[in-house]
Amino acid sequence: MLLDAAGIWFAYGLFAHDGALVATILLIVIAVINAAFLLDVLNPLRWIVPGLALMVLFVLYPVVNTLGVALTNYGNGHLLTKEQAITQFEGQYYSPPGAPTYAWRAYRAPDDTFLLWLTDTQGRSYIGDPKTGITPTAGDDPRFGPKDDDGLPKTIGKYSKLSRLEIFPYLSTLQSFTLQAPEGILRIVSLDAAPVALHKYTYDRARDVLVDHQSGAEYQSIDGVFTARDGSELSPGFSASIGLRNFVRAFTDPDVRGPFFSVFLWTVAFGFLSVLLTFSLGLGLALVVNDHRLPFVGAFRALSIVPYAVPGFISALVWVGLLNPFYGQFNALLSTLTGVSPQWFSDPTLAKIAILLVNLWLGYPYMLLISLGALQSIPGELFEAASMDGATGLQRFRFITLPLILVALGPLLIGSFAFNFNNFALIDLVTGGGPPIPGTSQPAGATDILISYTVRLAFTGGQGGRGVDYGFAAAISVFIFLIIAAITMVNFRFSRQLEQVSENL
Amino acid sequence: MRTSNRSGAVSPQRGLEVGLKLLLLGFLVLYAFFPIAWVLSAALNPANTLINQNLIPPNATLDNFRRLFDESMATDVHPFRPFALWIWNSIKVSTISSVIIVGLTAIAAYSFSRFRYRYRRQALLTILLVQLFPNILAIVSLFLLLQLIGNVVPWLGLNTHGGLILIYAAGALGFNTWLMKGYFDTIPRSLDESATMDGATRLQTFRYILLPLIRPILVVLGLLSFIGTYSDFILARNLLKSADEYTFAVGLTFFIRGQYQNEWGAFAAAALLGAIPIVVLFFVLQRQLVGGLTAGAVKG
Repeated sequence: MLLDAAGIWFAYGLFAHDGALVATILLIVIAVINAAFLLDVLNPLRWIVPGLALMVLFVLYPVVNTLGVALTNYGNGHLLTKEQAITQFEGQYYSPPGAPTYAWRAYRAPDDTFLLWLTDTQGRSYIGDPKTGITPTAGDDPRFGPKDDDGLPKTIGKYSKLSRLEIFPYLSTLQSFTLQAPEGILRIVSLDAAPVALHKYTYDRARDVLVDHQSGAEYQSIDGVFTARDGSELSPGFSASIGLRNFVRAFTDPDVRGPFFSVFLWTVAFGFLSVLLTFSLGLGLALVVNDHRLPFVGAFRALSIVPYAVPGFISALVWVGLLNPFYGQFNALLSTLTGVSPQWFSDPTLAKIAILLVNLWLGYPYMLLISLGALQSIPGELFEAASMDGATGLQRFRFITLPLILVALGPLLIGSFAFNFNNFALIDLVTGGGPPIPGTSQPAGATDILISYTVRLAFTGGQGGRGVDYGFAAAISVFIFLIIAAITMVNFRFSRQLEQVSENL
Repeated sequence: MRTSNRSGAVSPQRGLEVGLKLLLLGFLVLYAFFPIAWVLSAALNPANTLINQNLIPPNATLDNFRRLFDESMATDVHPFRPFALWIWNSIKVSTISSVIIVGLTAIAAYSFSRFRYRYRRQALLTILLVQLFPNILAIVSLFLLLQLIGNVVPWLGLNTHGGLILIYAAGALGFNTWLMKGYFDTIPRSLDESATMDGATRLQTFRYILLPLIRPILVVLGLLSFIGTYSDFILARNLLKSADEYTFAVGLTFFIRGQYQNEWGAFAAAALLGAIPIVVLFFVLQRQLVGGLTAGAVKG
């Protein structure tokens, strides 16, 4: 009950902060929790709801939200909602030519409220209060203090006059005031002048057009931009639904398609080669250290998995330093041995090799561990039987060890592929996706995998400074998600079949 | 071959094989320790730069380590960074997250393993699939969500450990529930049934019969979660904004902004110290961890 109260208070707070959607989800979650504890039929749910509630709010909601963004053009130039954009337009004013203009001086009270002394072209003066509007001055106003050289009172009640220099710190506050004058709205536009201004735009909700009163043009809302009939557009735009166009763009826009496909190919190659290399080294090492009669084999086994114990991000950063072409120790060693010092991070091919090299170091101990486990589960009689039939060592490996290990570790290898497919941290830390692919309008790099490419699209807009494009990034992330989900589902089926097979063994 | 050498007599062929294998292992250990040795050397090297290093620094000092903790040793080139605070933040966030993850997955997995109801398989599959969505790509939504929550409950908002912990915990539930459910399935149901016959409620069965039995997997999942959150820098980097709130992983990347060459020694010292908690945990619990790894976890 206490929890309910807290939850409902929380939801109420969210409603108050424009969080209606999240608040609604929260209320549904609370209702489900209550149902689970009150209805005996839902007993199994009782155990799941705490975790489920967290997942719905912090995993499911953000994912669904992202999917929604994929259908919009949310991004640079389209960051506001339509309401926000309209509010912004309706807050703009213009002064028609020949509009009455007042001269102004400001008075400030210690609590940072202001009064304006306004003088019109005929020399009549008024007092402007941002809260109540303007009123003509009366010569005998009891609030007026003694007059200064300009003939204006030095103080008006608690307000005291600001000199021209003193005005500057408050200028932006003063300019935000709109005072209701008989002829229209009075706004401060310069140090001297406060002309009467009119609303520049009004939004006609019924026809969904924005009317520009100054020029008389009408702007239609098209794809998140108010566009006039002659094609001119108003900035800022706003986020609008554009259907599946983001998805279509990934496949048809030649500027996008070029880098997209090369990035996709490298992503697959990177995932596949990472698994192949780490697994080859891991399995090879496992075959060696599985030989119990080798001296110091236990020590070797312990030492060779040390890289696995070091957190991956630390290792990746260390490798970046070691591969530094000018000062890195790895390059120093290479140039001593072979006389070359490769520019790992500026040549596309070398950068790819560097990524694989670092990933091999990070990944082989895992493969060693799982290979060792699998090797030890192969029954020894199989080898003895094979030896009796005259199989050589290589044949035994080819026809007994390898197939059995692949069957046992298949799901894990596929899992490793899926992991590397999305190994954003490695790419980000080691090369940051670079070096850039020349001649592409999208910010793609030679070592970018899909996810790092997408993240760059979404957040930094890349080297070209094209700005962020959340909508397009979200569309690609849907694509990535589908690939990973497909791999996992296949893996899932595969491993279940394997379990059934191994039960029959 | 396997049987022929049991007498202990070493044939020349076997000698060659052992020699080759040892040589191979030697190379691999060199490969494994190459970066580690250089980091150790850089951490002890007073020069504190990537340039002109020797593997064994001529006048080794602990200055780089002292620089991490001692504000007075900071210079313009090597500004002071609240390293101890970052490590503490990391340990705090990772510990609380792992406790939440283990607790919630244990009860959820109990339900998935012990009850039979409609849509059970579908529910399990759904939580796995939803979790596959790479959370770095949902980060805009997460950011806005935390911002919104922070308006109402400040200690769960953006730039707070509370908010980060919730996201870590929620993100790890799907996969861990799967692993935990698999473990529950290996415990015979007859145990629960006999307890029920003796009049135990479900809660009592869970608390007194099953919980002690699943202790090993609780430890493994707790540790894997700890390591996972300790190593994350992507979410933390985007959701924590002030240096006092940084976790170690975020802080460490700040050592290499811009002047990588100039702060190589301080970076190496920080990397070594930061890796210690994980390395120690790993080797103390190696046996259990390896079991958990082969159950399908991949390190991040």
